Amino acid sequence: MAVETPVTQTVTLPATLPRRSATFDDYTLSEIRRAAATGIYDIRGGGAKRKMPHFDDLLFLGASMSRYPLEGYRERCDTNVVLGSQNAKKPIELDIPITIAGMSFGALSAQAKEALGRGATIAGTSTTTGDGGMTAEERGQSKTLVYQYLPSRYGMNPNDLRQADAIEVVVGQGAKPGGGGMLLGQKISDRVAEMRNLPKGIDQRSACRHPDWTGPDDLAIKIRELREITNWEKPIFVKISGTRPFYDTALCVKAGADVVVLDGMQGGTAATQEIFIEHVGQPTLACIRPAVDALQDLGMHRKVQLIISGGIRNGADVAKALALGADAVSIGTAALVALGDNDPKFEEEFNQLGTTAGAYDDWHEGRDPAGISTQDAELAKRLDPIAAGRRLANYLKVVTLEAQTIARACGKSHVNNLEPEDLVALTVEAAAMAKVPLAGTDWIPGRSGY
Amino acid sequence: MPKLDLKELGVRGVNSALHGIPNGANEPDWLITNPMGQHAIACGLDAPIEVTINGHVGFYCGGMNQQAGITIHGHAGVGIAENMMSGQVRVMGSASDSAGATAHGGLLVIEGDASSRCGISMKGVDIVVGGSVGHMSGFMAQSGHLVVCGDASDALGDSIYEAIMFVRGKVASLGADCVEKEMRPEHLAKLAELLNAANIDADPGNFRRYGSARTLYNFDIDNADAY
Amino acid sequence: MRCWRDASILGMHAGGMTMCGIVGLYLKDPTLQASLGELFAPMLIEMTDRGPDSAGFAIYRDPVSEHQTKFTLASDDPDTDWKALDTDLARALICQARLDIQGDHAVLVTDADAFAAQAWLAESRPRIRVVGSGRSIEIFKQTGLPKDVVEQFKLTSAHGSHAIGHTRMATESAVTTAGSHPFATGLDLCLVHNGSLSNHNHLRRKLERDGIVFQTENDTEVAAGFMTLNLRRGLSLHAALEAGLVELDGFYTFCVGTANGFAVVRDPFGCKHAVLAETGEWVAMATEYRAIAHLPGADTARIWEPEPHKIYTWGSA
Repeated sequence: MAVETPVTQTVTLPATLPRRSATFDDYTLSEIRRAAATGIYDIRGGGAKRKMPHFDDLLFLGASMSRYPLEGYRERCDTNVVLGSQNAKKPIELDIPITIAGMSFGALSAQAKEALGRGATIAGTSTTTGDGGMTAEERGQSKTLVYQYLPSRYGMNPNDLRQADAIEVVVGQGAKPGGGGMLLGQKISDRVAEMRNLPKGIDQRSACRHPDWTGPDDLAIKIRELREITNWEKPIFVKISGTRPFYDTALCVKAGADVVVLDGMQGGTAATQEIFIEHVGQPTLACIRPAVDALQDLGMHRKVQLIISGGIRNGADVAKALALGADAVSIGTAALVALGDNDPKFEEEFNQLGTTAGAYDDWHEGRDPAGISTQDAELAKRLDPIAAGRRLANYLKVVTLEAQTIARACGKSHVNNLEPEDLVALTVEAAAMAKVPLAGTDWIPGRSGY
Repeated sequence: MPKLDLKELGVRGVNSALHGIPNGANEPDWLITNPMGQHAIACGLDAPIEVTINGHVGFYCGGMNQQAGITIHGHAGVGIAENMMSGQVRVMGSASDSAGATAHGGLLVIEGDASSRCGISMKGVDIVVGGSVGHMSGFMAQSGHLVVCGDASDALGDSIYEAIMFVRGKVASLGADCVEKEMRPEHLAKLAELLNAANIDADPGNFRRYGSARTLYNFDIDNADAY
Repeated sequence: MRCWRDASILGMHAGGMTMCGIVGLYLKDPTLQASLGELFAPMLIEMTDRGPDSAGFAIYRDPVSEHQTKFTLASDDPDTDWKALDTDLARALICQARLDIQGDHAVLVTDADAFAAQAWLAESRPRIRVVGSGRSIEIFKQTGLPKDVVEQFKLTSAHGSHAIGHTRMATESAVTTAGSHPFATGLDLCLVHNGSLSNHNHLRRKLERDGIVFQTENDTEVAAGFMTLNLRRGLSLHAALEAGLVELDGFYTFCVGTANGFAVVRDPFGCKHAVLAETGEWVAMATEYRAIAHLPGADTARIWEPEPHKIYTWGSA
């Protein structure tokens, strides 16, 4: 029996759009699926990628009526810096306040290490070894070479120690405060394996604490040993991550450091867990003032030098770090980019690796198309150390000139004469962290009772 | 034998004198008196000399040693012969934590006991301990030999790589990835050679051999609790 | 120079923690007791590099009678009127009281009820802190170099049966007298610490709910509070230390002074070293051997290191 149906009109009911979760965003979902499929935590290189208050949130005031600017290119604006004058017989003298941070042979190819040395030398600054020891290429091409002294002590030997111009005791790294290193098997070539006294192809875990001292009271004794072995000639740097910068900086000084290297969480690593990089440590901007306060409290500001690293990209960043009280800055990621890291000319190859130029951070896999973070002989050959070194030198000179431009505009004949009072902040967060007033106000959050 | 009185010269004075000795100098034997537990005594030597220290020393004695022979008539503090490259360091008494840490070569002999982390991250050194070793000894030991004539405390050889360990006494517990291995003739021969070099009278046949199971060499999530 | 207390104004969280040197000396031979200070003071001074910020020591001497209590008092106020204290106390509690002033510390001996005396002090002398109490313990501590602290409290000429001491390199808390070690943990008990705890803030809050009062942000004071509470609840010293091994996270070597000796314990990680030496005449404990080196017979003493996760005691501790 046929049922009589009423005549209906077709209406499109209003519907909500599909809504993506802000909490479970696409990246988060992809990471959960990846972890579930592979059973391995996500390891990558580089520093924190999340957005956070940074030097871009600060502005210089510049000279006008109350202050007089210096003439660009004609009136001097010096950039030289002396590191390690406190206790070392032979402090380091650099032409520019921008050094190259420690990066290991192993993480980087021998060509890349050589290029860093070449570029730094042309620009009149220092470069630094890393976990894995000193290579002949690097020593040969670096006028001023800082030798890192790390928990693993891979490749560590007294001959190289004496050949170095300074020693950097590594306590922490901004990308992984409290964590050790990792060099996965893919990058352990014969040469890397030999330098580290380990079999080829196995994962190399680097310890998070030094094997023969724990804490600043013991570090004082270790520093004295290093001085004894090197005839009290070499400046001793201590590198710390941006965790408790006020106390840690003071303790570096008490332990006898000549130079404190303070690395914020944007500072890179060759490889560590993504979760570590993004969730442990403090932004570089938040670390500088507490460290400078500690030095000033101890009467050691400018006597023990402070080097800031983690996310330094241009002359404005350099000038801002110096204005907040640093004596110099150090760069890693930017130096690699200057060499050719993540160059869009390799876009097709980056795509094949499942990524895109600018986002490639699987440095631990050793398949870097740019030939920098690799031990693959064929890939490494792509980087010409001479040309890459030249690019780095050019970049360092540009950055220096930029910092000078700002310093001159603020009326300074030395970049180290920049002061926090030359700065204002664009955001409340940056004002609080850098302890400079919010632009257009005299308000520094957290100061004067606010 | 030239004598260096540490009380009078200080650590700097003693080390300067030892560092100033040219290779091939005709005065190979040196005596250090009054060490008083001070640190970094006779570290960074690089000459074929024989240094005798009468008394107890502090941290890092003989640190990074090359070529020299150093004999301590007493107790040694933390990090004795740390990162030694070559030569020989002998402690007549006991040694504190991290004896022979990260050492690349040479021979370290401790006639008494060694404390925690003996041979941590060792990279080729040979260590012979007449007595017992403390916990975490041989942690992340990369290469070389660790001989223990007495007992080993907890977590022996945790995360060990290619170093070889011989223990005569009891092992309280083995660390992650450390296992007992078969004592083959070449191991007995090597052990005999080490005991002989250390001038310690012990029968190689009474020792057991320990080394890496090599299961942690490449990351596997199912080993996560061992990391 | 601005005080480190400004750290909190600068928006930094003052956590606590100390890196340092520990020394202890227990005289087995009673004939040496006249020269305890002479033997012990150089031990403390030798640890200056490990702790240049402040120093302190507990010395056990001149036990008072069963009916009396010996308090060590300290004041941060230079104008403290110590003189009237004993007469005021005697008048208020109708008791006997004797005060011996030593720098900004004073030793008070009274036959008043200990709790009543402490309550009276809190009420009528709120700026004076009780830093130690018992029958024989006296605790002295002050900011500054160990040699100055030794001089201020005339340690070199002190006699006694045993002493423990501490030199401090402050890591995350203020350099103040109150933050200096030793910390009292009960009658004739005190504690010194080398290392850095990692769960003391949680523990402090828990202990506060149990009635323990803290004067500083220092991690060691939390360990001391933990010991105090457990001893108050009737645990033996050994049991209290054992409970500490379970509850206290981080890196530490503790030395606990008791009426008759001392105890030493290291955390299971065993990174903060300690060395012990013993002869027929004495037992000594120090973070580094060099602090012991000058003692008579040290060259031939039995020397060994306390194992991690194990409790060692001397005397009838």
